[in-house]
Amino acid sequence: MRDYFNSLADALMTQLTGGEVLLCSFDGEDSDFVRLNKNKVRQAGHVTQRYLHLDLIRGQRHATCSSVLAGHLEHDLPPLRALLDTLRAQITLLSDDPYLMYATEINNSTHGDAAAGIDSGAALEDIFSAAHGLDLVGLWASGAIYSGFANSLGQRNWHQSTTFNFDWSCYHQTDKAVKNNYAGFEWNAKILKHKIHDARTQLDIIARPAITLAPGHYRAYFAPAALEELLSVMAWGGFGLKAHRSARTPLIKMVKQDRRLHADVSLTEDHARGLAPNFTRGGFVTRAPVTLIVHGKYTDCLVNPRSAKEYGVPLNSGSEAPHALDMQPGTLPHTDVLKKLDTGLYINNLWYCNFSDHDDCRITGMTRFACFWVQDGVITAPINVMRFDDSIYRLLGTQLLALTAEREFLFDTSTYMQRSTRSAQLPGALVDDFTLTL
Amino acid sequence: MLNTIAQIFTRLAPAVDFWSLRLVDEREEQVMVRQGVLSPLSTQINRGAFVSVITGEGSGYAATCDLTASGLRAALQQARAWAQRNAPHMLLDTRNLPRPALQVHYQTPVKQAWDSIPLADKIALLHDACAALATDARIVDRAAWLNRRVTDTLLVTSAGGHIAQHFEYVMPGLMAVANEGARTQRRTGVSDGAGQGGWERLALLGFPGKAREVAEQALELLHAPPCPTGITDVLLMPDQMMLQIHESIGHPLELDRILGDERNFAGTSFVTQDMFGSYQYGSKLLNVTFDPTRTEQLASYACDDDGTAAERTYLIRDGILLRPLGGVTSQARSGMQGVANARACDWNRPAIDRMANLNVEPGDSTFNELVASIEHGVLMETNSSWSIDDSRNKFQFGCESARVIENGELKGLLRNPNYRGVSATFWRNLAKVGDRNTFEVLGTPNCGKGEPQQVIHVGHASPACVFRGVDVFGGAD
Repeated sequence: MRDYFNSLADALMTQLTGGEVLLCSFDGEDSDFVRLNKNKVRQAGHVTQRYLHLDLIRGQRHATCSSVLAGHLEHDLPPLRALLDTLRAQITLLSDDPYLMYATEINNSTHGDAAAGIDSGAALEDIFSAAHGLDLVGLWASGAIYSGFANSLGQRNWHQSTTFNFDWSCYHQTDKAVKNNYAGFEWNAKILKHKIHDARTQLDIIARPAITLAPGHYRAYFAPAALEELLSVMAWGGFGLKAHRSARTPLIKMVKQDRRLHADVSLTEDHARGLAPNFTRGGFVTRAPVTLIVHGKYTDCLVNPRSAKEYGVPLNSGSEAPHALDMQPGTLPHTDVLKKLDTGLYINNLWYCNFSDHDDCRITGMTRFACFWVQDGVITAPINVMRFDDSIYRLLGTQLLALTAEREFLFDTSTYMQRSTRSAQLPGALVDDFTLTL
Repeated sequence: MLNTIAQIFTRLAPAVDFWSLRLVDEREEQVMVRQGVLSPLSTQINRGAFVSVITGEGSGYAATCDLTASGLRAALQQARAWAQRNAPHMLLDTRNLPRPALQVHYQTPVKQAWDSIPLADKIALLHDACAALATDARIVDRAAWLNRRVTDTLLVTSAGGHIAQHFEYVMPGLMAVANEGARTQRRTGVSDGAGQGGWERLALLGFPGKAREVAEQALELLHAPPCPTGITDVLLMPDQMMLQIHESIGHPLELDRILGDERNFAGTSFVTQDMFGSYQYGSKLLNVTFDPTRTEQLASYACDDDGTAAERTYLIRDGILLRPLGGVTSQARSGMQGVANARACDWNRPAIDRMANLNVEPGDSTFNELVASIEHGVLMETNSSWSIDDSRNKFQFGCESARVIENGELKGLLRNPNYRGVSATFWRNLAKVGDRNTFEVLGTPNCGKGEPQQVIHVGHASPACVFRGVDVFGGAD
């Protein structure tokens, strides 16, 4: 795939005329998707997709487009040459783009290798066997993901990874279920069996009569997956420079009123993690981590090339939304969570979060999957789903009691358009006075 | 072009129990001016094939962007291999999977072609619109945009099916952000009016004429009091009714959710199969149709992606739940009647049960009568926040703007309005339904669902409606 992309880019570069610069970005995947319901196959198949994004530049003018690729040079080059001509014609209609910014220093990179594929068929047989008798529903996604960059200045970048992400739930009945995930680079049936065994154990608790909580304030523990849901909403404009400078950030009180989170909260975007490519469509390579929040104080924004040019700030990211969020751990051993929680909610997952008061970073959402009532340090029963409505300034600020010493590495399960390469490394959080509303 | 590819495919197709080929050829253009600067023009060309095979007791698919003979041959082999591998583990009886044989052609009616307007004129129009949004120094962000999409689909099957459809969509939008200190208010306009058609849609939607109004409302909201807290009557305008319909009628009625397919991601439903035919979903004023025949609406079509002919159907009539949103596959699984709503967002995803156009039918109350029916209440418009549980029951929605209603009269603006409720009871409190003069045909390009995930466009048309006894609240002062 890399050779194909480089050959394609080389051929396109020969089409340029004097004074033109061309940026080429490549995205592709070869993915198996198997959808399961009741531990059986609902839909299964394979997706092959490849796209090329072109940015033709002359001076400060430029025009862009993206096109699907067949994957054969002789087939793809003629329409791409025609597209270049279209872009050339468009440029004459456009004025200078004051925010155009692209790399002019060559910075080549290669990440990943042509790893052996993951045998989806064998993995699925392991799943069917391990989950025999369970009402398992979910998605198996696996295969190679590719990203590439080339410019007419001679830079070449390539990022390739072959991964699997099995995201599933085991249902007791109606909306009572245990949620789990197994993702990585090498499939290990023993790990799957262990996770399924844990699910069976949790299902025993799920099967107990559920309790319905009254709206009010509760002590609560958020497992890393639940905390990730909150942080993902916070990231809708919370960490990007453009959102900050245009006053659209939900963290506007941190920016304009020096509001702070708890001193234990430190967040970093870890570009070097390696799951997502660290080169931008402009050819910049970002390796240094970006410290977003340090000891509760807002520190840096993620700055993409357009914002860097617009606001005269050094760029530090291809995107102004985090792709590799990293939260510093605390000191609470996970083995002590139930004891420290004492009486309250053990929240494994949250769902459908959104802002209820954007300026106050107040978020509403639902509990989902295996959420439990804990009494005197012992899990006693599942809870029926409850709506919460609370501010990040409370949950990760005034009401934060502790973060766990252990963190979980969470692969994003998103498959919109293509399989996601986002990830997060997060602890769990113990919080007092969590607000349930409905 | 698609017919040529289909002919090549047909020659390659193996002797299996059934095969289908769904080709999609799409071109999307986006032009946006933000804060007076033209953003990079974006044109996306997308084309691919979704190949489905049934052999014996197994079915499988392969989607590919390689539309050469070798690419199609490889996709067929992959789909067939998946079908064979799946056979011992299939959830569904392959005899129940759709094998469409219809021959149909559909085309979006267009009065003025998008391409009849030069690019330079489109850019100039957006610069003017963006400038009109700059009414005050406190407008700190503003944008005007035009999105246009043309999609050709061709479904060909071994049963003789040949369904060709050509869609054209225009999706304009306006946005203004006002700020003072740590308070920000955002107002949008026109973007809920996405629909099918050509350049003529802009005039119908008031684009770009509404730009100044959008900016002035954002500014006015900066100093509006927060929405009060309490149980009160609510008048929802069509651009909030759209979201209310979508989340608390549309998703709960999707039959694949009811059958459990979505439980790991989008969720299940509080609606169960036994409710259809008798369940009082809403008050007697509630009438809901699945209507793919309204040609200007976003998700109108002749056939769905499983090759079933689409027709207008009542899902809820006089408040009684009649029929789910289920395509032929879900219908066969459940033994229930449904509608033609099996849709895929693109060539690279399989068809699943979706909403398409889901509309609340107009009633007989004028807008003034709706307002006059409320002694103390709140009018809310334009959705800004949405959240609902995985059974699509407990919801909380926020709007960009609201107005006080006192003694049957509209009063001042309110900021950060929110309300919450429970789907199973909310619609029973529907007290007034607006007439055709309050009715708007709207839509959104962003409805997420499925594994692998899909985002697809859906249409919702609705009059303004009054609900009694709603739990409303605002934000921090």
